[in-house]
Amino acid sequence: MTSLQRYWDARAALNFILGGSGAGLIIAAAFIHPASPWPVAAGLAFIATGLFAVWLETGRKLRALHVLFNPFTSWMTREAFAALVLFPVGLGAFLTLKFLPVAAVLALVFLWCQARILRASRGIPAWRVAQVVPLIIAAGFAEGASLAVVLVQTPLAAALLAIALIARLIAWSAYRGEVKSEALEGAGRALQLGAIAALVLIGAGFYFTQAALPAAVLAGVVTLASGWWLKFTLVTRAAFTQGFSLPRQPVRGTR
Amino acid sequence: MVADLRRCVGCQTCTAACKQANGTPPGVQWRRVLDLETGEYPEVKRAFVPVGCMHCDDPPCMHVCPSTATRKRPDGIVTIDYDLCIGCGYCMVACPYEARAKVDGVATKCTFCVDRIDAGLANGLKPGVDPEATPACVNSCIAKALHFGDADDPQSNLSGLLAENQSFRLSEDLETGPNIFYLWDKAL
Repeated sequence: MTSLQRYWDARAALNFILGGSGAGLIIAAAFIHPASPWPVAAGLAFIATGLFAVWLETGRKLRALHVLFNPFTSWMTREAFAALVLFPVGLGAFLTLKFLPVAAVLALVFLWCQARILRASRGIPAWRVAQVVPLIIAAGFAEGASLAVVLVQTPLAAALLAIALIARLIAWSAYRGEVKSEALEGAGRALQLGAIAALVLIGAGFYFTQAALPAAVLAGVVTLASGWWLKFTLVTRAAFTQGFSLPRQPVRGTR
Repeated sequence: MVADLRRCVGCQTCTAACKQANGTPPGVQWRRVLDLETGEYPEVKRAFVPVGCMHCDDPPCMHVCPSTATRKRPDGIVTIDYDLCIGCGYCMVACPYEARAKVDGVATKCTFCVDRIDAGLANGLKPGVDPEATPACVNSCIAKALHFGDADDPQSNLSGLLAENQSFRLSEDLETGPNIFYLWDKAL
């Protein structure tokens, strides 16, 4: 029985979902006080799970190391190298927080590579635009900040999430100005509404301090859900090529 | 490669010849012929457009490939090394021409029947002129709509056709430099 595949499926989407969130969490961990090693450990676990999911998508799993062969032009290779460096440094940051800033920079590099993977796919209009890069980075940061809120539950983490949400809204707005894909309508609307709802919840938490933590956690969950749905839709549902169109019609017979 | 849109009748013989020559499985067509209708009644026009791997000058599939399985030969043909390919599918989503499919774990696409070309060249034959050194789709075309050759050689059959006719390439705005030229009218 022949196996046939033409598009990336949920396994590839999971790499962008979990990898982005994990990298965002490690970046957010660098800003949280008091610093904690657990967000770093959770971030690495997310990234590892995402990479495992995309490994499941590859056709020849035992050749996985071949992914490292083309650092000169392939962003997938660069992402793999970024992960290879991030894991030992992240482990170091888990053991001693001195390495946390370096781990955060490497997580940003990993996130950047993920965004450029989509940008380099010239076949797909919803991916190849420059605006997809800030969108993926802002989305990853927002999801990471959400996880940070859920894990450490501090006002600073909630403030970080609010900043990340505003950045994600701006990035989405810039992206939507460039890409008019019907496939992204529902997920895009959910992303906007999710961000607004999360911002309202965080804002309410600053006024009603007794409810601040549950509101922040709920804001985090809403941010995660809306961000993950958008990435899933972007990778698996909006991956259309521009199709074929003729700039000229053949001239047959008499003119 | 040149495809003369004025001559193509959409018979799909090239598609069948390709499948026969390359043994592609059901659902995979390295050479396809699109049936495109444009306009509104009564001003409707119809064109048959052979498509497949465009063997681009600047192939995005090659740049994104993490394993270096996709390469471009000096003669311009884009190839896949099945022993290197990991089947990540990145080339599939990078190709603007929907030319690739992952089959049994590795990426596959039109090779311009590279084995025929190489065997023909080894025997002193000329691709595009001698059928033994020419892709199966071109050999099979009943309407002489498909032509193959070296567009950089001013003496080649291809150069003659391109000089005598007006042509375009698909999605040129993406700047991949596709190498299937579509003839649509006589030269001005």
